[in-house]
Amino acid sequence: MRIGLFATCLGDTLFPEAVKSTAVLLARLGHDVVFPPEQTCCGQMHVNTGYQREPVPLVRNFADQFGDASIEAVVMPSGSCAGSVRHQHEIVAERYGDAALRAGVATVKAKTYELSELLVDVLDVEDVGAYFPHRVTYHPTCHSLRMLRVGDKPLKLLRAVDSIDLVELPEAESCCGFGGTFAVKNAETSTAILQDKMRNIASTGADVCTAGDSSCLMHIGGGLSRIRSGTRTLHLAQILSATRTSPYAPTEAVR
Amino acid sequence: MTTARATVLGRIRDALALAPAPDTAVPRAYRTGRTLPDDARLALFTDRLVDYKATVHTCTADRTAQVVAEVLRERGARRIGVPAGLDPRWLDAYDGEVQQDSGDIPAPRLDALDGVLTASAVSCAETGTIFLDGSPDQGRRALSLVPDLHVCVVDLSTVEAGVPEAVARLVPQRPTTLISGPSATSDIELERVEGVHGPRTLAVVIRTDV
Amino acid sequence: MSSTFLGMPATPPRSPYGTGNLRGDRKFPKAAHDELRNEQLRRNLGRATRTIRAKRLAVTAELPDWEALRDAGSAIKTETMNRLPELLEQLERNVTERGGTVHWARDGVEANEIVTRLVKATGSSDVIKVKSMATQEIGLNEHLESAGITPYETDLAELIVQLAHDKPSHILVPAIHRNRDEIRQIFLKEIPGVDPRLDNVPAHLAAAARAYLREKFMTTKVAVSGANFGIAETGTLAVVESEGNGRMCLTMPDTLITVMGIEKVLPRYQDLEVFLQLLPRSSTGERMNPYTSMWTGVTPGDGPQDFHLVLLDNGRTAALADRIGREALNCIRCSACLNVCPVYERAGGHAYGSTYPGPIGAVLTPQLAGMHAAKNDPNSSLPYASSLCGACFDACPVKIDIPSLLVELRHQNTEQSGATAEKLAMKAAATVMRHPKFFTAAQKGAGIGRVIGGRDGTISHLPPPFEGWSASRDTAVPPKQTFRSWLASDEGTATMRAAADEHAKNRKTTEEEK
Repeated sequence: MRIGLFATCLGDTLFPEAVKSTAVLLARLGHDVVFPPEQTCCGQMHVNTGYQREPVPLVRNFADQFGDASIEAVVMPSGSCAGSVRHQHEIVAERYGDAALRAGVATVKAKTYELSELLVDVLDVEDVGAYFPHRVTYHPTCHSLRMLRVGDKPLKLLRAVDSIDLVELPEAESCCGFGGTFAVKNAETSTAILQDKMRNIASTGADVCTAGDSSCLMHIGGGLSRIRSGTRTLHLAQILSATRTSPYAPTEAVR
Repeated sequence: MTTARATVLGRIRDALALAPAPDTAVPRAYRTGRTLPDDARLALFTDRLVDYKATVHTCTADRTAQVVAEVLRERGARRIGVPAGLDPRWLDAYDGEVQQDSGDIPAPRLDALDGVLTASAVSCAETGTIFLDGSPDQGRRALSLVPDLHVCVVDLSTVEAGVPEAVARLVPQRPTTLISGPSATSDIELERVEGVHGPRTLAVVIRTDV
Repeated sequence: MSSTFLGMPATPPRSPYGTGNLRGDRKFPKAAHDELRNEQLRRNLGRATRTIRAKRLAVTAELPDWEALRDAGSAIKTETMNRLPELLEQLERNVTERGGTVHWARDGVEANEIVTRLVKATGSSDVIKVKSMATQEIGLNEHLESAGITPYETDLAELIVQLAHDKPSHILVPAIHRNRDEIRQIFLKEIPGVDPRLDNVPAHLAAAARAYLREKFMTTKVAVSGANFGIAETGTLAVVESEGNGRMCLTMPDTLITVMGIEKVLPRYQDLEVFLQLLPRSSTGERMNPYTSMWTGVTPGDGPQDFHLVLLDNGRTAALADRIGREALNCIRCSACLNVCPVYERAGGHAYGSTYPGPIGAVLTPQLAGMHAAKNDPNSSLPYASSLCGACFDACPVKIDIPSLLVELRHQNTEQSGATAEKLAMKAAATVMRHPKFFTAAQKGAGIGRVIGGRDGTISHLPPPFEGWSASRDTAVPPKQTFRSWLASDEGTATMRAAADEHAKNRKTTEEEK
């Protein structure tokens, strides 16, 4: 399959390892990964902060970059960015866009997937041949869980990983407290929520807390790093792309 | 001067003109018109009543008086109130004092009674709910509210499976009270505690052959 | 038709600024700052919301048609809003025919005046009250007191709040922020003649409330209530409760005054079959609440012979005029969204400053009372008091899409706020990101972050407005290479080629095995 990879602005700039892993994983599964070079940002932060006029060019650019019919599916290693493309772009286009934008948005919306959805639903694969001999707990991010309804697809993928010690996260479905600019505007409330998430993570004794969103992981990992926790965060794609021949090797500074 | 009524109705019409909405049909795919065999309804209703700390006594119609008397005796009810239209035979075996309710009795005076005995209009098995509708055998609402013990006779034929089936049997214009267990509160740390302002004891006598 | 249509429809007004209890005195982050420091509050809320969440999930999972009930409930409320004028007129006609009197109130001030006038006409200087969000919203108690009338709250939690001279912090359980020990202290201090040996057992505390209020129920001539539902088709009103204080207030006095928001009307009596399933299971997590009272006008010889229904606007029509925002009017006040909200659970209800806290409060309050950008209105902070986690939407029995409403209200707020620093930053960010070349340049600029990072590769202090973020989180310095530059590099090309080769090799092996 010819798959368009959307790196997301955050992944491209701050968390390239998660995007690399996504690209490598899909290539290893035999797919043709294309990276439209003019891509930038989906505009989620703008919309979620209350700005709908400003992201119009971003929404248009996304539709332009991935609208080409030769791209059969669009994937991104982010539940919230996929949620934005699927639920918010049409709101922006409806209100501040033109007919062409509305049509473009509808086209890309129909073929946009978060990574676990693409693997399980579209590519029909659960065992991706990964090897990850560590204790792992999975945090389902809110937008993947309640906006995209990915359900247990990420867990199906993780359960199939060779040598993984997967432990259940207590109160897994509770928000981690990130919420984009919420973590800045309401930093203290966000921190209070994060503390409970970190307590639950600690109770699992996991080496790694994984999720499908680098943004939530930036928040959780930032908190874990500050309290000198023994648990580090890692994007789901990084676990799924690790193999016996090229096992996972940490490079990021913030655990 | 424009009345508040005209102003508010005018605002609503303005609001709907500013933001018109398409008509919606109400999907009613939920369960309605359910029927359950007698034993299943009895078991379900009993389970729900007990779960909410009501006491349940089952009998056939010919034993109503005996069971009512036993329940009242067990609870130490020496003086009870009854609605004017209650079947007097239900009291044949009771040896305490019976006060028949009438509109002349100020409602606060009902506080002196040990308990009250009423019939019921409809019940819902799935939720353990008894519906009183102010019929002569149930009396005015204060009667089944003020005394601390409510003994309520329910005929199994009036017990419906679910809420839609029970609501369908109600007469809207009657003052209707839904009772699911004794009075309770969850106001302290969201833990349910039985017994506040309504009757602290609810005893239900289910007659299985009527 | 009672109103003449003259040209363009006018946008209905919000609840008047400075009246009632729809606005706190400071913005959410500031209020939450203080509430978050109250460890006792955090423990009380954590325990209570965890308890109720488990109960709600258990009783909603029990019904195989729960989703169908939600769909029906949502559609009935939407139908109600679309047909509001005719339904209210029908309700009025039926209540009047059955001996009740219907009053209309444009706002809280007018409703307070109507209720006070009605109470004064009875000659009573006391009223007993059933818990009611509408009368809390309009500040009826304060108004009655100023007119020399003493209101007695009879719901246990409202009583606790009233005795403690406190404010409600939850829609269903206004004293959720208090634990049993605190309640015991309040009762010992405030209830006249209470047994000094009273302990903290909830059943004993409830018994103390029963003893205290018994005499009030037996002697007070006037009651004020709210209403959960008003049935247009029959004129029937319904109050859903637990303790029996509602039955007492609705039955014992000579005069009953019910204050109901205009959005509480339902088209048909049959619609109760939906809401009597949705409401108790969503609010207290019970299959059915202990008591529900339904009455239609006046019944000779049974209950109050003087019945008044006050229909309240107070900003509801303003919300109705918003195609998206009006969905908040569908709320049936179950409080399930509060109990699942991570923000509510930590900050508590007082931080919202309104009668309506939590997720629904964050969308309902600004719509009823406005978010006056020019006045630095605390209400303008409410739509941001959410991580948009979506738990509220899943819990809502009438499927109000609260996260989308929050995003919409944030948009309305930015539209009304003029050129703020944040808007300029957002514009700048969008300008950079719309041009891939600028974006690539900016990504290189992000590399500056490497300079402020510590030796361990993390940043532990950030300048405003990010200082709150960095107070509890480390941030990694931006990596040396972005994804796109890696992909374009020799290493990237080689890695991607190797991955594709691996697939080819594996496929060959699999085929050979076959």
